[in-house]
Amino acid sequence: MVNLIIDGKNISAEKDTMLLEAARTAGIAIPTLCAHEAVSRSGSCRLCVVEIKKGNRTRIVTSCLYGVEEGLVVNTKSDRVLNVRRLVMELLLARCPESDVLQKMAKEMGVESQGRFVADTDHGKCILCRSCVRVCEEVVGVSAIGLFARGSQKTVGTPYNEKSDVCIGCGACAYVCPTGHIEMLTTGDKRKIWGRTFKMQTCDTCGRYFAPVDQLKYISKKTGVPLKELAICMDCR
Amino acid sequence: MNENPDTQARQIQDNLTIYYGPKKKFVTICAGTGCRASGSLKVKEALEAEIKKQNMKVEVLATGCLGFCEKGPMVVVHPDKYFYQHVKVEDVPEIVSKTVGKGEVISRLLYRHPDTKKNMFREEDLPFYKKQLRVVFGSNGMIDPMRIDDYLAIDGYQALAKVLSDMTPEAVINEVKKAGLRGRGGGGFPTGVKWEGVRKAHGEPKYVIANGDEGDPGAYMDRSLMEGNPHSVIEGMIIGAYAVGAHEGYMYVRNEYPLAVKHLTIAIEAAKEKGLLGKNILGTDFSFDIHINKGAGAFVCGESSALFASIEGRAGEPRAKYVHAVEKGLWDKPTVLNNVETWANVPLIINRGADWYASIGTEGSKGTKIFSLVGKINNTGLVEVPMGTTLYEIIYDMGGGIPNGRKFKAVQTGGPSGGCIPESLLDIPVDFDKLTEVGSMMGSGGMIVMDDRSCMVDVARYFLAFLKEESCGKCVPCREGVRRMSDILEDICAGKGKEGDVELLETMSQSIADGSLCALGGSAPNPVLSTIRYFREEYDAHIKDHRCPAGVCKALITYSIDPEKCTGCGLCIKVCPTQATSGEKKKAHSIDNNKCIRCGACIESCKFDAINVK
Repeated sequence: MVNLIIDGKNISAEKDTMLLEAARTAGIAIPTLCAHEAVSRSGSCRLCVVEIKKGNRTRIVTSCLYGVEEGLVVNTKSDRVLNVRRLVMELLLARCPESDVLQKMAKEMGVESQGRFVADTDHGKCILCRSCVRVCEEVVGVSAIGLFARGSQKTVGTPYNEKSDVCIGCGACAYVCPTGHIEMLTTGDKRKIWGRTFKMQTCDTCGRYFAPVDQLKYISKKTGVPLKELAICMDCR
Repeated sequence: MNENPDTQARQIQDNLTIYYGPKKKFVTICAGTGCRASGSLKVKEALEAEIKKQNMKVEVLATGCLGFCEKGPMVVVHPDKYFYQHVKVEDVPEIVSKTVGKGEVISRLLYRHPDTKKNMFREEDLPFYKKQLRVVFGSNGMIDPMRIDDYLAIDGYQALAKVLSDMTPEAVINEVKKAGLRGRGGGGFPTGVKWEGVRKAHGEPKYVIANGDEGDPGAYMDRSLMEGNPHSVIEGMIIGAYAVGAHEGYMYVRNEYPLAVKHLTIAIEAAKEKGLLGKNILGTDFSFDIHINKGAGAFVCGESSALFASIEGRAGEPRAKYVHAVEKGLWDKPTVLNNVETWANVPLIINRGADWYASIGTEGSKGTKIFSLVGKINNTGLVEVPMGTTLYEIIYDMGGGIPNGRKFKAVQTGGPSGGCIPESLLDIPVDFDKLTEVGSMMGSGGMIVMDDRSCMVDVARYFLAFLKEESCGKCVPCREGVRRMSDILEDICAGKGKEGDVELLETMSQSIADGSLCALGGSAPNPVLSTIRYFREEYDAHIKDHRCPAGVCKALITYSIDPEKCTGCGLCIKVCPTQATSGEKKKAHSIDNNKCIRCGACIESCKFDAINVK
């Protein structure tokens, strides 16, 4: 076990635990948007920053990526930390003014939108946390979507914004999206996502539509389980 | 393994057929990118043709960059070392018949001292070179970078031979540590300490990398080293690889430097042929190979973790570096990443000793540093000076001061992430720590000089616009924050600044510096912070008085013609693209501000300084 101090509390944590988990286990709340349990961490939203002290030196680190260290002194609510979080929230509110998730979060953090920033209209609710890209690559394994361009021009999407041949319509990206930016519409025997329409499979037992046919084919191919055996929904299994 | 590597290296040198001793007659011409742009390759061809025509047997050497780019193309005729500037093809027959043939000097091609008006005969007499200490860069003028023999003739690869025959890896690291060499790419991290970290790190294989992704606007010292003396960089890398125990290395060069890529490629092949690179170097059991990796020109790829990602074939985005590159760098293996100039310093330290090296420079910064001197400066070019030289000496003694007798205003050091230093600080000695102390940084050594016609808010606006484009877009503070700062600066320059903008910029700067993932975002606010710190009144003038004191920001200025000074020559009418200037010949002209687009063409054309900008 590793012993450290977070916000004045003595805490022991398993080696290789990140500061974020160590703090949360101790009941200390740290806001995050991009750290999703299903995917690897990118440290891109910068909301989870904390201030660490080693000897006489202090520095700001991302708690989702910084592992616990013996004797480390961590402050999750210093002025510097709160200033970074406030700016990040102000910037995100200006980027995605219609996101209810961000508005709720800002309210909880006591952050109001910065009037000097002109609100954007062209990003929807996407904060570029890249959880969708990571889940598609790391969990699903198809990499149907990716990040394009750089700087303020950066976007998430399918290559060249064309219909993706490899997308299986599973909707994992929509599931992990923290702000609900990714639109997935499932009605009857059809599912629409990333500009493509997928045909849904009916459950052999109960008869309801439960998953895109392409997704079941992909699972069958990957696992070797015959497609027929996969045509039963989770409830009926 | 039969012979001592040192003996082998001596043999290679003894077998050379070339010799540039003090009495040898030959001609060198600078063929760096700057001089090529001024036509030096045509002059070289003409020289060779003329020498043949006049039945002489004199070699013409197209050398690396000499640094005095303002005066290119430059030709030096040996053995007298007469230094000719701005040489044109038409000058060639005379140079060959008079100077090469009879040793006579041609006065009109010599450099004239701007104050004394005296002709200066040799490179070392010129004020531009006089105060320089060109230990890293100076060899450029003696070698054709495409010929390894030229490098060998000036004792090239002797440091490698010494290392392989007499020194343990630990001894090499200690020597570099003792020399006090610090990273030339901007960070200033002690090189020997970095090497030691990699040597001791667990994990195989280990890698060494040269960072040649020089991306600062106006900076080209690494380019000139890779183009002008590629073997010095390669030799440094081989020594570094031996010291840390690496067998593979990469040169990350931006593809916008085609000549550097070409010369490095030739140099690597030549070094392999001579047994200086590849398997069993100089007959020892040490093997090391170098690959060239061409970058696509993203500024952020100069950042270590983004550079690794780029070599690995992924998007050039940085990652959090809580585990250092010395332990987990390229492909998560222990990696030494040093800047091109840092590598080129290594053979020097080995050849001349750590004590000699450490005797140059200041307490915390040893050796020399190459700076690129650009902007509003008379002698545009590259200068190499001992650490601790003052900004004043660099800008006035070497740089020759500000053109057209204008007043110095500020110098931007450290590239886009550096800061602007005002006149009151020109006396500071330039080293890593001092520049940081005054709110700027060494960076890779770019110096952009600005005169009283530069608007400091506009300068901050320019750099933030650059950084906004170059941010990789991964983390929120840099992607969104730098963009918003850039928007506010655009507003201020357009006369739409608001009360409180300066304070907002300052608060944002602190949080962007604190919260960004990598050093690009971490240092992006520097141009804004340093200009606010030293030129706050200019921000206030823009925001409160809607006035641009330097007369740069188009939305805030008007042009007028001083009737006292105007002679009615008509030149401004000729050059104005919107017919805003008018008037009769020999009578004072006037400007219609409704038509004027404030392009500055009239100011450039007016010989009587009659155009006022307010």
